[in-house]
Amino acid sequence: MRPVQASDALLEIDGLTTHFFTREGTVRAVDGVSLTVPAGKTVCVVGESGCGKSVTARSVLGLVDEPGRVVAGEIWWRRDGQAPVDLARYGPKSEEMRRVRGGEISMVFQEPMASLSPMYTVGAQLVEAIRLHMPLDREQARERAADLLRRVGIPRPEERLDAYSFQLSGGMCQRVMIAIALAAGPALLIADEPTTALDVTTQARIIDLIHELQAETGMSVLFITHDLGVVAEIADEVVVMYLGTVVERGGVDEIFHDPKHPYTRALLGSIPRMGAGTGQRLATIRGNVPHPSDRPSGCPFHPRCGDAVAGLCDRSDPPDVRVGPGRTARCVLHENADLIGDDGQLGAEEVQR
Amino acid sequence: MTSVLPDADASVTGDPAGGDETGGRRAATQRRLVWWKFRQHKLAMVGLVLIACIYLVALFAEFLAPVSSSTFNSEYTYAPPQQLRIDSDAGLYVHGYTSTVDPETFEPTFEVDKSQKIDVGLFVKGDEYELFGLIPWDRHLIGPEDPDQPMYLLGANRNGYDLLSRMIHGTRVSMTIGLVGVAMALILGIILGGMSGYFAGKTDTVIQRVVEFFMSIPGIPLWMGLSAALPHEWGPMQRYFAITVILAIIGWTDMARVVRGRFLSLRNEEFVTSARLDGSGRPRVIYRHMLPSFTSHLIASVTLSIPAMILAETALSFLGLGLQPPVVSWGVLLQDAQNVRVLATAPWLMIPGLAVVIAVLALNFVGDGLRDAADPYKK
Amino acid sequence: MLRYIGRRCFYMVPTLFAISLVAFAIIQLPPGDFLTAWVTRLESEGEQVDPAMLDGLRQRYGLGEPFYAQYTKWISGILFHGDFGESFEYGRSVSSLVLDRLPWSIGLTVFALLFTWIVAFPIGLYSAVRQYSFGDYLATTIGFLGLAIPNFMLALAMMYVAYSVFGLSTSGISPLTIGIAVVVLGTAGTAGMIRVLRANLLDELKKPYVVAARARGASEKTLVIKYPVRMALNPFVSTIGWVLPGLVGGEVIVAQVLNLPTTGPLLFSALRTQDMYLAGSIILIVSVLTVIGTLLSDILLAWLDPRVRLGYR
Repeated sequence: MRPVQASDALLEIDGLTTHFFTREGTVRAVDGVSLTVPAGKTVCVVGESGCGKSVTARSVLGLVDEPGRVVAGEIWWRRDGQAPVDLARYGPKSEEMRRVRGGEISMVFQEPMASLSPMYTVGAQLVEAIRLHMPLDREQARERAADLLRRVGIPRPEERLDAYSFQLSGGMCQRVMIAIALAAGPALLIADEPTTALDVTTQARIIDLIHELQAETGMSVLFITHDLGVVAEIADEVVVMYLGTVVERGGVDEIFHDPKHPYTRALLGSIPRMGAGTGQRLATIRGNVPHPSDRPSGCPFHPRCGDAVAGLCDRSDPPDVRVGPGRTARCVLHENADLIGDDGQLGAEEVQR
Repeated sequence: MTSVLPDADASVTGDPAGGDETGGRRAATQRRLVWWKFRQHKLAMVGLVLIACIYLVALFAEFLAPVSSSTFNSEYTYAPPQQLRIDSDAGLYVHGYTSTVDPETFEPTFEVDKSQKIDVGLFVKGDEYELFGLIPWDRHLIGPEDPDQPMYLLGANRNGYDLLSRMIHGTRVSMTIGLVGVAMALILGIILGGMSGYFAGKTDTVIQRVVEFFMSIPGIPLWMGLSAALPHEWGPMQRYFAITVILAIIGWTDMARVVRGRFLSLRNEEFVTSARLDGSGRPRVIYRHMLPSFTSHLIASVTLSIPAMILAETALSFLGLGLQPPVVSWGVLLQDAQNVRVLATAPWLMIPGLAVVIAVLALNFVGDGLRDAADPYKK
Repeated sequence: MLRYIGRRCFYMVPTLFAISLVAFAIIQLPPGDFLTAWVTRLESEGEQVDPAMLDGLRQRYGLGEPFYAQYTKWISGILFHGDFGESFEYGRSVSSLVLDRLPWSIGLTVFALLFTWIVAFPIGLYSAVRQYSFGDYLATTIGFLGLAIPNFMLALAMMYVAYSVFGLSTSGISPLTIGIAVVVLGTAGTAGMIRVLRANLLDELKKPYVVAARARGASEKTLVIKYPVRMALNPFVSTIGWVLPGLVGGEVIVAQVLNLPTTGPLLFSALRTQDMYLAGSIILIVSVLTVIGTLLSDILLAWLDPRVRLGYR
């Protein structure tokens, strides 16, 4: 067990492994993910769907659905001035975990409409969230609920408390979900693709709202997205995931201006740009993301990688290489830099050849 | 800057059609996948075997039954079931009966007499019949060596009919009336449900109202009314078909709802749009492109509605409003068991009900298994 | 809410009209007119029929007139005078005959429905929450059996046990026969209801709003009881709509087997003797009551489900 290194890290995930045990076989949805969320910062996890970014987020709060299970790794959570606790050790149904959920770490989901029960008013669900974590009576909780709705930019909040989710637009529902997430003043907000199901203008407003609320409250945000535009807008740090592993980590400027990993480069290359030259084809990444149960051997990206070295990339796992302060890339191209992992096999193979 | 990564949801579940780069598992046809999934369902497999056996019995009824359905011996009214025994010297045999006549009512009561032995043989000569209505034969799988000796393995009824033989003969009617009824319901359901789901709008509203109407009225009183209105002089065949039509009139609504639901969800699928853009006419889009894509669902709901038909026929015939003797079905046989006093003397008359329960259970298992397997891509 | 009820009532009108047509068609179905059949039978029994009375009857029922005229006569008699016609077999008005027996039928059906709910709800809940447990398999097995055993078979078996094992009388009204009838009628519906509730609940338990509630720290008990059960209750209520017709139909057969004084045996004997006005009226009344029951369940559903109440579905 490694001691927690960065002292300013609010959340440190180390070697998180979440598998789904299906009848057809084990799906390694998250396979040794490590990342840190510093206090007061926004960390974006970016990757194609199926890369395990949502499962990573859900693993933090023990919300992985059956038949999925966190099988290895540590999730260190550092409360104000207290010794860090390992959330991975809490049972998903334990009292301790329930206190963390919504109280210290809140989560906002992809489908705002479906995340609110249509049988109760939004006010009832908001009041429930408040009273779960704060010693308020019904009246006080309702006042706080109206306050929260106002803070997330919902007009006439007192009336809206008595509305049902199906009477509100998707953007409004997401604002309500954010209000619910803020109910007990959490230290970390996990936003799992909160804008994917919304239309573009609403997306921008929700992103702005999260950004503002973060500045106001000083909470950290772990933002899961597949939208590089959003990343550029709000991220302090970026984590790029591919097939259940972190392929590159770094500051937002470094990632965008000096990507190290071939996958990151390919991703950035596939962004359409205004005035990039008419009549040119948009660059794409060849092939498809393989099914998690058909994971390629060696580097998971090698079948699609333009720089893959035959006989090397398809045989052994690439090392996690530190390519700068606070930056890593999981690729053999950078192996002459410092190795972070204790992955000695690669060297041995080199010698044999 | 708004740029979105390729968000192929299909990559998570495994795109069924696009099994291009990985062979093997994903290259299997849909029919194959359904079958594989179905095989994992143990109860459904048991059900399937049972159903196959029951239909084989229906097919070879004349050969399997010891006597014909019209053979009776009024000397043996309410004879209780005999146990088939085996002996190394005598081979198969059953014990005979001794009868005592009630001094007041003159009704005979039978008891199995352990001292008598009636030899039972396989492939014995007995009543003549025509197998499949074509091949004249007189051999029966099992029966007494001497045709005049009594053999009632499941007992006899008031007139001395052999219950086992009649149940075997009844299998044919009971198990086919469901099939014919469902076939008719299916055709009605596909046409109306298909129109409802494909055209939507006004057509849908009207058809839905009709469906709701049929579902909101209690079926059994209506069946009773309709079948009581059948002319008495109609022969067994006419009656058989009339009853199937009556069953289908009530049964088509479920099917129509299933079909409609599927059509509604398929309407906006890309392959339907592209078929339409390719210039396929409406009937072609409906019956060539849409229908085959949910055949397995259809088979599942067909399997699940046969039991309802069998139960309905049994109930109607039990009340004497469905099929009438001399036609033999399980429901007709149960007519004998209407009275508690009769049951107290001859509880074995309830055995045809057991056959109904087994057949219905087996069909339900198969239907459930099919329904789970119909969507092989769903977890 | 009121608008919703109004609309539902309005939708009922064509259904009721169609039911009355079907009932009248059943009255008309037997070949020849029933009066002739009746007279033939009376004369074969050696009784004399007064031709003047016959003419009066012919007039009253509009015999010999076209279908729609006869129908109009029949339905307006029912609607405006509560006159369902005369039972030739009993020599009494249909309405008095039916009124004698209807309370029993309604009582039996309501009790069977309550039985269904009370039994199905906890079992379905348990089955869904403890999926694949022993209890779940047991409930599923019983459910399968309940669906596979014909009503009357179950009634017969219970009667047989009561009669020959316990030596109890099983005919006519007694707490025993009514108990048997309620249990028998309830069983089929219960089996179906357990399956529906279990499937719905399993669906609901996977919905995002349950995950969202869990993510805000709600307890597991709240997660099951407050959210999904509340949701699964809706189809449960609307199942009255499909359980009721089955119950009413089953009641006819079960009451026949148990010889209870409900409308079932009356309908049965009316059909056997081709006492068609009685039979048609019973079918009409029973069907209309079923439709009204379904309407009540729809209103209950609207009251429970804000989406329906507020007209979003």
